[in-house]
Amino acid sequence: MNPEIGHFALVLALAVAILQTVIPIWGARVGDAALMRVGPALAVAFLGFVGLAFAVLTAAYVQSDFSVLNVVENSHSLKPMLFKVTGVWGNHEGSMLLWVLVLALFGAMVALFGTNLPATLKANVLGVQGSVGVAFLLFILLTSNPFIRVIPALAEGQDLNPVLQDIGLAIHPPLLYLGYVGFSITFAFAVAALIDGRIDAAWARWVRPWALAAWAFLTVGIAMGSYWAYYELGWGGWWFWDPVENASLMPWFAGTALIHSAVVMEKRDALKVWTLLLAILAFSLSLLGTFLVRSGVLTSVHAFATDPSRGVFILGILVFFIGGSLALYALRAPMLRQGGLFAPISREGALVLNNLLLTAAAAAVLVGTLYPLALESWNGAKITVGPPYFNLTVGALMLPVVFAMPFGPLLAWKRGDLAGAAQRLMSALAVGILIALAAAYLQGGGPLLAPLGMGLAAFIVIGALVDLAERGAVGRVPVATSVARLRGLPRASYGAALAHAGVGVCLFGIIAETSWNAERITGLKIGQSFEVGGYELTLARVEPRNGPNYRDLTGIFIIRRGGTEIGTIESSKRLFTARNMPTTEAGIRTFGFSQLYVSLGDELPGGGIGVRAYWKPFVTLIWLGAVIMALGGALSLSDRRLRIGAPKPAKPKPAKPTPERKPDAAPAPAE
Amino acid sequence: MTRKGRRLLLISCAIGVLGVAAGLVLFALNDTIVFFRSPSEIAAEHTAPGSRLRLGGLVKDGSVMRQDNAHVRFTVTDGGADMAVYYEGLLPDLFREGQGVIAEGVLLGDGTFRADSVLAKHDEKYMPKEVADALKKQGVWKEGEATR
Repeated sequence: MNPEIGHFALVLALAVAILQTVIPIWGARVGDAALMRVGPALAVAFLGFVGLAFAVLTAAYVQSDFSVLNVVENSHSLKPMLFKVTGVWGNHEGSMLLWVLVLALFGAMVALFGTNLPATLKANVLGVQGSVGVAFLLFILLTSNPFIRVIPALAEGQDLNPVLQDIGLAIHPPLLYLGYVGFSITFAFAVAALIDGRIDAAWARWVRPWALAAWAFLTVGIAMGSYWAYYELGWGGWWFWDPVENASLMPWFAGTALIHSAVVMEKRDALKVWTLLLAILAFSLSLLGTFLVRSGVLTSVHAFATDPSRGVFILGILVFFIGGSLALYALRAPMLRQGGLFAPISREGALVLNNLLLTAAAAAVLVGTLYPLALESWNGAKITVGPPYFNLTVGALMLPVVFAMPFGPLLAWKRGDLAGAAQRLMSALAVGILIALAAAYLQGGGPLLAPLGMGLAAFIVIGALVDLAERGAVGRVPVATSVARLRGLPRASYGAALAHAGVGVCLFGIIAETSWNAERITGLKIGQSFEVGGYELTLARVEPRNGPNYRDLTGIFIIRRGGTEIGTIESSKRLFTARNMPTTEAGIRTFGFSQLYVSLGDELPGGGIGVRAYWKPFVTLIWLGAVIMALGGALSLSDRRLRIGAPKPAKPKPAKPTPERKPDAAPAPAE
Repeated sequence: MTRKGRRLLLISCAIGVLGVAAGLVLFALNDTIVFFRSPSEIAAEHTAPGSRLRLGGLVKDGSVMRQDNAHVRFTVTDGGADMAVYYEGLLPDLFREGQGVIAEGVLLGDGTFRADSVLAKHDEKYMPKEVADALKKQGVWKEGEATR
């Protein structure tokens, strides 16, 4: 297809987005239903044009059209087909186009599935979505056009950065963007509510599914990015506190707080102003993340290219949306009516604590990420804020969050009974202590972090089960009644318990890997062996293997445990010929939840090869835990009450707050 | 408790949590930041031995000496001054003579640098910003030269 078609499609999309910004909001303002109804059609057209542009760019990549500069710079005719497609967003321009595509997708989903939304709210939401689209399309068209031609066309491209030639590129960025940009919907809802000057429990019910979906995608997206870095970079680390990782973690903290505070708002009509602020913050932090990644102001693995004009442009977008929404917030928030009283010890109180600590963690990460920038522009000093800072601050703030987590769901709304909750958690606490003692015994001295952390993780997982058991009154009523009760529980209850258990699983993995991992760095000749984590590795042979666009040197190791051979592990070093750039392909074998990880270094003088090997106990639980969290989110999302577009039984009028539910009615309220 | 009293309690709790968080951030920042220095800056400032630094510059041509078991010695230069670096571990894929590098570690009393991590960026066209700035200062690096 002709690349100019893509360019025209983007210009048309910009025009549509401008209309989408102006017409529905104007319609909502003057109360013209016809104008408001234009919004959904425009949102769908917006998706159509952006989708067309994306398809054209993809076609240029697939056909290796080397008359397009972007394809020349990031593709190669010999590149495998999968990477030709994923290469579309493996560069600055294409990844911005993917960003807008996801934005358009979410906008169209609101337009198509938000049939039960009040007309003015829907019009305002689509209008705000449109304005975000305008800003980012302008950015693409003015500073980052992916359709620029090179004339005459070149014969061959410069290939994609080898680190990105991996299945991870197919998974991580799209998921992450679904998360980042998903918060644009909650942002649009928040701004729409502020424009309307009206907000109620029904608003929270509409916002919750979007927040949950964005949060679940972001969770998996971050986890997949972490796993990708783990196996691709060959350093054996899974989290580096790289500015870009931080950029994704900040909206995650804010989003986690948001999905919890939205519960309070929906059930108890309280924390309205705060929930609005969180919705604005979550997307603001997503925008900030985009700025940090795309402007190149920070040295990072993800910095594709630095172009000052781009940085200034994104900074402008940032100032406009964050500043504008916060100004609107300051203006309108005091008008919103407060509701729902509660005692400090109550489910609301627990959720407020969760929110405070999560936001504080997001702030700590923000300070650590931006402080070097601020200091450099202040007095020119170049500093790095490294892992110790983040481990200390985020660790200290997350500890109370995870410890309080099992208590929260066991407290009643309005006024809770902490001693009662503690009593019901006795079994979980006992299991936690047992696990801690077992871990201490296995470790045999050494720092207490590992046993305590593992005990805490077990406490969280069992605590989530206790929560479900309590809701089913297991052991207090006949088994059949319990089963019936458990069956009758809303899926959101199961989702919450699953997500909380996922946090425990993830924590267990983090603690076990950090405290018990083993590392060996050595030089090996063929036939020589070394030991790591109780496994004996022998370098059997080294062979060259060639791929379509790389040369490869693979070391094959035989794994033995207690003298018996249990398998082999292959680790290689690749040289990508087009860019003359080497990469490490770590060899990984999974035993249970643990992994043996081998990466090759350089060939040493006098024969032999450098080898770095790790034993990583329970490391896969880190990512598995994140996936469980996201599954919990998905399960909650499938709850009938929350399903997007599910017919609402009654009360379509938003101005009236929904009737208050009786707290603690059986079956217990769904969380 | 009255509505006002409850709100007051809530707000004071919030201020308490945020205060603790702020204290934590300041304490951690004080303790954990690492300064970036080029070899010339270290020579000019007489940086005290034992301080933790990030050393940046180019790997001097012909200076890399590998011993067995991945013990490596190399020299980092910014054109104005040199600094000998000792590192135990595997070097990153893009570590090459003549290329930009950042080494994090401790300055020793004998004027050498013991690195515990060595970073080279994951794109051959890319020069870490700090290194590019340090080289510009020494006039080794010219604006626009393969900066990406």
